[in-house]
Amino acid sequence: MNAPMPPGEQQDRYTVLDAPPWRLRDALLRWEVILVILLVLTIVVNALVSPVFLDVYNLADATSNFSEMAIIALGMALLILVRDIDLSVAAIVALAAMSIGYAADAGWSPAMLFVVGIVVGLLCGAFNGIVVTWFNLPSIVVTIGTMSLFRGITQVILGDQALTKYPQPFLDLGQNYFIPMTETSVPWLFVPPVPLSFLIFLVLALIFGIVLHTTAVGRKLFAIGSNPVAARFSGIPVDRLRFLLFVLSGIMSGLAGALLTARLGSMRSNIAIGWELDIVTMVILGGVSIAGGVGSILGVFLAVLVLGLVRFGMSINNIPGQVVSVYVGLLLIAVISIPRIFEKLRARRAGR
Amino acid sequence: VSTLLKSRELILAVILAVAVAAIGAYDSVFVQWQNISDMLTETSVLFMLALAQMVVILTRGIDLSVAANLALSGFVAALVSQYYPDVPLILMIATGVAVGLLLGMINGGLIAVLGIPPIVVTLGTLAVYRGMIIILAGGDQVNASEMGVEFQAFPKDIFLGLTTPIWIAIGVSILFWLFLNLTRTGRGFYAVGGNPVAARYCGISQGWQEFLAYSIDGAVSGLCGYLWVARYGVAYSEIASGYELTVIAACVIGGVSIGGGVGTVAGTLLGALFLGIVNTALPVLQISPFWQMAIAGAVILAAVVINARAERRPDKLILPEARRLGRSTRAMRRARA
Repeated sequence: MNAPMPPGEQQDRYTVLDAPPWRLRDALLRWEVILVILLVLTIVVNALVSPVFLDVYNLADATSNFSEMAIIALGMALLILVRDIDLSVAAIVALAAMSIGYAADAGWSPAMLFVVGIVVGLLCGAFNGIVVTWFNLPSIVVTIGTMSLFRGITQVILGDQALTKYPQPFLDLGQNYFIPMTETSVPWLFVPPVPLSFLIFLVLALIFGIVLHTTAVGRKLFAIGSNPVAARFSGIPVDRLRFLLFVLSGIMSGLAGALLTARLGSMRSNIAIGWELDIVTMVILGGVSIAGGVGSILGVFLAVLVLGLVRFGMSINNIPGQVVSVYVGLLLIAVISIPRIFEKLRARRAGR
Repeated sequence: VSTLLKSRELILAVILAVAVAAIGAYDSVFVQWQNISDMLTETSVLFMLALAQMVVILTRGIDLSVAANLALSGFVAALVSQYYPDVPLILMIATGVAVGLLLGMINGGLIAVLGIPPIVVTLGTLAVYRGMIIILAGGDQVNASEMGVEFQAFPKDIFLGLTTPIWIAIGVSILFWLFLNLTRTGRGFYAVGGNPVAARYCGISQGWQEFLAYSIDGAVSGLCGYLWVARYGVAYSEIASGYELTVIAACVIGGVSIGGGVGTVAGTLLGALFLGIVNTALPVLQISPFWQMAIAGAVILAAVVINARAERRPDKLILPEARRLGRSTRAMRRARA
């Protein structure tokens, strides 16, 4: 990340390089293409190993296992893109889920429960954003602190009890298919069952993709990630945008907290523990550079599907969760290092 | 700058002393030798892990895999004790350290040779190392009854009034102080973190320093893995889960800058001590242990805000590089001396 510039390779600072010509090899080496290949590989291998993998109901249930994380990953992707990170997301999920639990106890309606979750997330995100941008502090340290603080507050209020009383319509939102299975007269043409969380993830991914890749705000985020100082000097309100991204990440976590509570039907203070690292893994595997300025929502979307289907495929083959984590960890390191090894080899050949 | 740093550590030490005195005044149990000894024994692992993590953070890195490394190397040490009970104790401990060192070298190799960002590498190895425990054991755990008697007795031994983990922590701390302050390689960590480009022009290899930092961190994690497993009498895949963030928190409270190049042995030890005191003070003050996390979080935030106030705001300078250059040339001069 902080590799020193080797002497001699530095470009003259006043030259503006032309865009390199389009080449097929570059296109094939794009991150998204690697991910598509991985995704196809995952599906083919799983379908060969287990006959039940391609069942639509199974797949629909599999999506609900990763959709909440995936929603948070969208917000995290934008933060990592601008060289920030939010490790407090899972703690925000817990705090939001607890607020929802108490609001449900007080008899609030399902829609209001979602609002409660989102508002709590928004407040937590705003707190992160204020501390990071006002005091100009590294976000990794601040969010380690707020992670401890938010989950600590949940533990203080909740102790060792669980909240389990939720209105049935709220639970239905998390546990039933939002779009039911509908078959048409053509046997292979049907609308698959879709859980609410996956539908929300799809819609949000689309919105995030459009905003990041086709609007001025999106270009500004790339500019901040590539060079925050230059971005500030070109009139981009760097700190305001970073603040808003922390708020956004909080909102996503609050929303995920609401969906998770509705799906599980109960919550304890250790809900969603350790999610922050899984979510960062999704984003990095999606090709978002931790050094900032590089990444795409399509990549994150594909990485979410790859990780979700790898986990699902292994779980239907009775492989325990932590062994799956080994493969996910190896996958992460392999996918990141293989292009770098090739680059090194090419550089060595060019040097000769 | 150095007087400022010194005063910051002094302030932290004074706060800690006042806190201990106040809690002692509330209930004298807290300042009894037995309680202090328990607290230090409990915190000894954190002291060592925080020092090792500091070296990594000095090079602008971060090691999220320490707790997983601790769990895996502790587990291997426990397996040796279970299946080869005749092996001398020192070899069992050495196994833990060697496994930890190897895991640290894997981290260091990936980071230094391939240039992958440390947070990515250690996030990946964190999952791999923890999962390896399940694969090695098939989901089993090693219980106290299966470990050797000597294996478990060692961390509870008392030598000259202090338990062995405290002695080990003192020894490791002294070694770290000597290494970081008196050797060329030790100063190299500060140089690489303060300004990688300047360090390179001075002939300090960034890759080698990074590799060394993660290897040291790994070896210390291995040692702590043995201590942890032997002290609590159980080894399974979830031990010390999430502890990596506590270790980083101790560094941050102790004034180690996450931006690299800033941090002292004394400050880090005080940061770890702070967390240790919070943990043991709560039961004495009859506060629910559920407060522990919230207090730690608030303290971390307060510490980073105060530390940031003490340093000048970099974006107010037109050339922030100039400031960093100044800092690292000073480090370099010390390294030369």
